[in-house]
Amino acid sequence: MTTKELPDELIELRAQLKCSFEQIDAVFEDCIRDAQRRLSEQGVKNYLSSASLICMIGRGVEPVLQFLEVIPEMADRVGEEVISLISQGVWEASRTPNGVSIPPFMATLGEASRRLGSLELIKQYLDMLFDMMERTTGSIHGHHTTLPSPGLPHLLQQMPYLLSQVSIEGLQNWIDYGIRNYNDHPERQIDYFTLESADSRAMLQRERHGTLFADNERNLGLYLQALWQDKEYLAPYSTAKDENRLQQPYYDKVGIRIPDVFDDSDNGIKGIDRYRAMLAHMAAHRRWSTKIVADNYSPFQRIAIECLEDSRVEYLATLEYPGLHKLWLALHPAPDEEECTKTDASCIRHRLAMLSYAIKNPQHGYKNKDLLEFVQRFHDLMLTGESSAQEVAKIAVSYIARTRRQEDQAATIYFENTEVEYRDDNRHLWVFIEEGDEEEQFETPEDKEFEEVNSLPPRHYPEWDYNTKTYRPDWVSLYEGLHPSGNASEIDGILAKHSALSKRLMQVLDLLKPQNFVRVRYQEEGSELDLDVAIRSLIDFKSGATPDPRINMSHKHDSRDIAVTLLIDLSASVNEVPEGCDQSILDISREAVSLLAWAIDRLGDPLSIAGFFSNTRHDVRYLHLKGFSERWNDEVKARLAKMEAGFSTRMGAAIRHAGHFLSNQKADKKLLLILTDGEPADIDVNDDKLLIKDAYKAVSELDQKGIYSHCISLDPKADEYVSDIFGNNYTVIDNIERLPERLPQLFLSLTK
Amino acid sequence: MSEVDIEQYRINDEPFYHLQEDEINEYQAAYNARLPVMVKGPTGCGKSRFIEHMAWKLDRPLITVACNEDMTASDLVGRYLLDANGTRWVDGPLTVAARIGAICYLDEIVEARQDTTVVIHPLTDHRRELPLDKKGETVHAHKDFQLVISYNPGYQSLMKELKQSTKQRFVAMDFDYAPTKVEEGIVEKEANIDADTAKKLVQIGKVARNLKGHGLDEGISTRLLVYAASLINQGIKPANACRMALVRPITDDADIRQTLDHAIDTIFV
Repeated sequence: MTTKELPDELIELRAQLKCSFEQIDAVFEDCIRDAQRRLSEQGVKNYLSSASLICMIGRGVEPVLQFLEVIPEMADRVGEEVISLISQGVWEASRTPNGVSIPPFMATLGEASRRLGSLELIKQYLDMLFDMMERTTGSIHGHHTTLPSPGLPHLLQQMPYLLSQVSIEGLQNWIDYGIRNYNDHPERQIDYFTLESADSRAMLQRERHGTLFADNERNLGLYLQALWQDKEYLAPYSTAKDENRLQQPYYDKVGIRIPDVFDDSDNGIKGIDRYRAMLAHMAAHRRWSTKIVADNYSPFQRIAIECLEDSRVEYLATLEYPGLHKLWLALHPAPDEEECTKTDASCIRHRLAMLSYAIKNPQHGYKNKDLLEFVQRFHDLMLTGESSAQEVAKIAVSYIARTRRQEDQAATIYFENTEVEYRDDNRHLWVFIEEGDEEEQFETPEDKEFEEVNSLPPRHYPEWDYNTKTYRPDWVSLYEGLHPSGNASEIDGILAKHSALSKRLMQVLDLLKPQNFVRVRYQEEGSELDLDVAIRSLIDFKSGATPDPRINMSHKHDSRDIAVTLLIDLSASVNEVPEGCDQSILDISREAVSLLAWAIDRLGDPLSIAGFFSNTRHDVRYLHLKGFSERWNDEVKARLAKMEAGFSTRMGAAIRHAGHFLSNQKADKKLLLILTDGEPADIDVNDDKLLIKDAYKAVSELDQKGIYSHCISLDPKADEYVSDIFGNNYTVIDNIERLPERLPQLFLSLTK
Repeated sequence: MSEVDIEQYRINDEPFYHLQEDEINEYQAAYNARLPVMVKGPTGCGKSRFIEHMAWKLDRPLITVACNEDMTASDLVGRYLLDANGTRWVDGPLTVAARIGAICYLDEIVEARQDTTVVIHPLTDHRRELPLDKKGETVHAHKDFQLVISYNPGYQSLMKELKQSTKQRFVAMDFDYAPTKVEEGIVEKEANIDADTAKKLVQIGKVARNLKGHGLDEGISTRLLVYAASLINQGIKPANACRMALVRPITDDADIRQTLDHAIDTIFV
């Protein structure tokens, strides 16, 4: 519409909007009428002058159009102050290199006002964005800002999704983390704010509200085991992918898939109970449903069968656990009988939802005669016994035939109030004999990823950042595996070479075998008299009281209960041959480790040996040389013989991983010995202290779990850093040639 | 010999016991041959009740000893006591039983130290005699004497074990929680409660027993179910009675407590 066609009263207003783009004319009437309806007179003036301001920033017509469209509703909801707030903000942003972020910013306003709902929170939102913008806008010389923020446009694009997942505080935390860690790395910053990187997703998960699967995995497993005796593997799927398509839970040979997070429902059902409702439904299928051949049924017949089979297993489950009725009913949609007739979409889902609801709730209030008849038929069938999928299939097919309508063939299907969140997609119910089109609807790209488990997936460990005093979650990827094997007889040769040493060791070992004596007092009969107690007893007797007859003491064997893990640094530096030696550090270490393992085997302590090295944080390798359950046998010797070194030393992750296995051992005392030749370092870390501090943190974590860590360093300069990590718990071996002798001795002295 | 009041050990009223299989006949046969008997099973499933019942049925006095780690051989056999006049020998429960021909029931025998347990060996083989070393007397057991021990083979067996030389002196009878219908009947009768509530309580018991090994050392015993029923009889709401008697005593693990609480809410609506 051109200005000529505007009604008179609006022409003046249009003139107040100092912006001559044609596109504005087209929408002006609708926008201004909306503004007039919602805003005061002053508000409308404000509205127009602010829009003019936005026009002046020279970013084209798009921001102005967005402003005109979204502001009336926003101001109506949170107050008219927001009008100038937004336009001022936009003006300021336009003075920075971040002009390109203005259109995406305007696009977030609608969602933000809906989610945040108050002026306070909108202010907070704007402050947060401006703060982010300032901190990430780069400058070359440090004075003038010249480079736009890499992450801001992407952050704004993700904003609708982010606002739906976390509160504003959570969002602030998440943004802070991204800025702190990626401010000097534009590409990684973009990865973070587009939610591409693993740690950005992990951080978001931490801030999310609702009941997380990750926090409740054990609880849900116990539920399944206790009430249903079902031990199935549970795995979450992300509800982030697509908010439009509601992914349904399902189960197959691999396990049961349920959402990764559940908020409390609007009618007060807690997240954990929504999970339980879902698991109960699937457990009921697993107990009572059998497969049906799909080929003979049309798609409509199939969804009807699924609906009735769902109802049947829920009925049976409710007989056993009556409380489930209330829970499922609260989560089941309650469609209105007439709501679908007002549309020209297919009502088939609506009819089935009503049938399902009516079966559950006797007070459904529906009047349709066919519906009532089939509800009765269902209940009559269930009174005869457990029935079966095949039996309800007959009822389902009848129902479809009876209530068939022309509109069922319509292109669109009415979905409102027909989706039952806790019911699975029933893929387990059907068996297809012939290749058809239908079965492909169950294959989503996600399935393929889930099923391809050839190699062991990496374990993720956090890393401690001493700058921010926080952990970076899921920062390090650790791959573990069995060390390749070589020739076991090499190790036998080593032991033979050190036969003198091993003879001496054997003497010490025999003394150390579980023979420690511990005194046991207050015995009626024992090996010697406990003089103190005997005297006291006699005094009692003399004074007329009954003396205590337990005046002897004896000795008891105290057993050894120590589990040890030996962690060997396999970084490239151990391949060197130190001055004055004719063997590499690796070879000498191999000898020492062989002797130690032999000694520990004689003592009978559980021992595990592993080597580690790293190649950036994405690839830390942990290679098992000996497991706790293995004896000192040829297989272990063969792996030791083949021990090889390369790459770098990312110690923290290896310590944590070793601690994970050690803490599962049932022993009173747990010892972690780390054999290293240098400080923790890796090629993707420039800061020397970062990995040292991280290793220190890892050692304290283990200490809290009751694991004592001791470092054996072959670096003559170790004193500079090793006490930072291990405190007093380290031994520096200056003369490397003496390692085979010192290592077992050290072990024995630690474990006396 | 010291004076002992035999009557305190007699059982006058029939203790309620619900027969499960053929245990009454089996025990009867063992008693007729005066064979020592070992009853094995989880806690609270009816072992002690069964022995009481059999003692009543056979009209024998029953002397029960709860075994613990501090128990010494003289706690079982007897000791000299000091009083103002000098020393006085007092028989221990095992000796009393051997003298008067009672059934001596050593409950949770694995708790006692092994050097204490071996004191019963001479009574359990063909000799049927108990030497009292300190007194210089050898007691020949009364012809009606029988020794019974109980043993819970669950978590304790990791740390404490009966020696083979002890185990092989006994015939053993296995006890377990009764089948569902029977257990419902037991709870009904013991606690004097209606059948529907008994059924629901037993159902909760089963739910917890499914978690044995997954975080619970032992499932819920029949005894606790009876306790819960008693609380309900006193007017406590069923869900609360269940929490008090069935959940809070057996675990402090938050996840398990939540799971059991939820189970109670789905069963007692």
